Amino acid sequence: MIRIEGLEFSYAGGGFRLSLPELSVEGGETVAIVGPSGSGKTTLLHLIAGIERPVAGRIRVGETDLTALGEARRRDFRIRNIGLVFQEFELLDYLDAEGNILLPYRIHPALALTAAVRARAAALAEDLGVRGLCDRTPDRLSHGERQRVALCRALLPEPRLLLADEPTGNLDPAAKAQVLDLLLSQARERNATLLMVTHDHALLGRFGRVVTLPTGAGR
Amino acid sequence: MSGPLHLAWRYLAARRGRSTLLVLCVAIPLFLPLGLSVAVERMGRELGTRATSVPLVVGAKGSPLDLVLGALYLDTHPPAATTMAQVERLRESGLAEAIPLHLAFRARGFRIVGTTLDYFRFRSLSVSAGRPLGLLGECVVGAEVASSLGLAPGGRLLSSPGSLFDLAGTYPLRMQVCGVLARSHSADDRAVFVDIRTAWIIAGLAHGHAALRPQEILGQEGQRTVANASVVQFEEVTPQNIGSFHFHGEPGALPVHALIAVPRDAKSATILKGRYLDPRDPCQILVPSEVMRDLLDTVAKVRRLVAAGFALVGAAALLAVALIFTLGFRLRRREFETLRKLGCARHTIAAMVAWEIAFVLGAGIAVALLLATGAGALAPALLRALIL
Repeated sequence: MIRIEGLEFSYAGGGFRLSLPELSVEGGETVAIVGPSGSGKTTLLHLIAGIERPVAGRIRVGETDLTALGEARRRDFRIRNIGLVFQEFELLDYLDAEGNILLPYRIHPALALTAAVRARAAALAEDLGVRGLCDRTPDRLSHGERQRVALCRALLPEPRLLLADEPTGNLDPAAKAQVLDLLLSQARERNATLLMVTHDHALLGRFGRVVTLPTGAGR
Repeated sequence: MSGPLHLAWRYLAARRGRSTLLVLCVAIPLFLPLGLSVAVERMGRELGTRATSVPLVVGAKGSPLDLVLGALYLDTHPPAATTMAQVERLRESGLAEAIPLHLAFRARGFRIVGTTLDYFRFRSLSVSAGRPLGLLGECVVGAEVASSLGLAPGGRLLSSPGSLFDLAGTYPLRMQVCGVLARSHSADDRAVFVDIRTAWIIAGLAHGHAALRPQEILGQEGQRTVANASVVQFEEVTPQNIGSFHFHGEPGALPVHALIAVPRDAKSATILKGRYLDPRDPCQILVPSEVMRDLLDTVAKVRRLVAAGFALVGAAALLAVALIFTLGFRLRRREFETLRKLGCARHTIAAMVAWEIAFVLGAGIAVALLLATGAGALAPALLRALIL
């Protein structure tokens, strides 16, 4: 599913460098990415998502070599194939839950907002227990509800790859377990690959594999 | 609805207070000069049209503007009075037709205009209900007076006393409404027209009373009989008492507030104007369009000053709008970054922002145009409130 070879990345201003000689993730795998702060975990997710472009090396997701694509095509690829879940969920406060779930279909012409998509969004919201909350804005949702809405948004385009950036950060242990259950179950149900950045070693046993970025990976 | 358009709309709708404030910040600076311009232009047109309809106005010396406004709009502070002798002077000159206007009294808030039937012909006023003025004590009301007071032919209208507490002042006269004028969309719609002799009755310069009994007569002053207060004065002119109404004093001394002079031709007008050039003449002759032009010139100067002030206010307000947008976009960096991470192109985000600005500007312009249209429609009322 994911093949990384000789990855080198640095920001334009310099200071930070990420080096990863090799990483392979098979389709349907659930992988936890751990490592000390500054090791480049979030940057790695951004590179796999095509948000950032490496300085050197190759990143393949499925049959697509992301490093060979321009920004517009990486964006097309991302919105069709990759679901992103952020730590703070990053829901838009001026849209209700339904609007947030449908957001990918509002921001990219490649995704057409059809009646079928709306029906799928409703079914997804039903599956994740937020169907009755679709008319509420994020400020009227609990933390758990916001997280479910964010997951619905990530899953709606039916991605083959789910990238989650510390979605369990700042949560109590019970909530962490709940979020992880949801992510793992949804990934399994859809046979999607899940890569999740986490600092929480207590959760690592739930993943199929753990990738540890060494302290020196990002420097 | 396209994505950026939808998101822009939802963003503005979710922040109604902020959006409304922004729309007003755009609308008000646009409306102020625009509304002022439209209103002044409408007022100018209104004043100009009415002014050009009257070739010359004669009246007592004093403020030319007061005299012209009184003669044109009737319901203003009455200009200083002159006398009927001036009407005769004008008629005897053979140069112009003279239409006297007496403008001293009111009836339930509307100006009572004492004049002659010539005025209706001159203004092309026709009666839509009832009949024209015929008898002493009758009145013909303008369309707006009729609708406001619910008057129709056969109704009664009481003139307002000069002062409630002035027992020796003018007595109200109960006038019979004999007709209602067709709407003319002019000051005539808001006037109560009476024969000028009826106006003099209201002024107490003519009266009717029951036959004097010997015990009511106090004495004789030349031709004039002095009676005591028990004499019954008539408050309404009726077919039974109309014969008893009579004038005291010289007919030439009876007051009029303005004279509309309709010269026979341009030459007559020029000669007539020359006859009032003597500084000792108690009267002045004015060309209303010239007086109005002077007024409009003054208004235009004030308008330019006010417009300059509005331009400064407008620039400050638009700068504030730009600042609010800029700060807003800075505060929304994280939101834009999230959109970008999700797969939104920069140009899509720019389109969303552009739609937001376009909505605010569009709504602001629409509100400004709406207000300016309203200001234009209200211009005649503003004219009455501000100038007349």
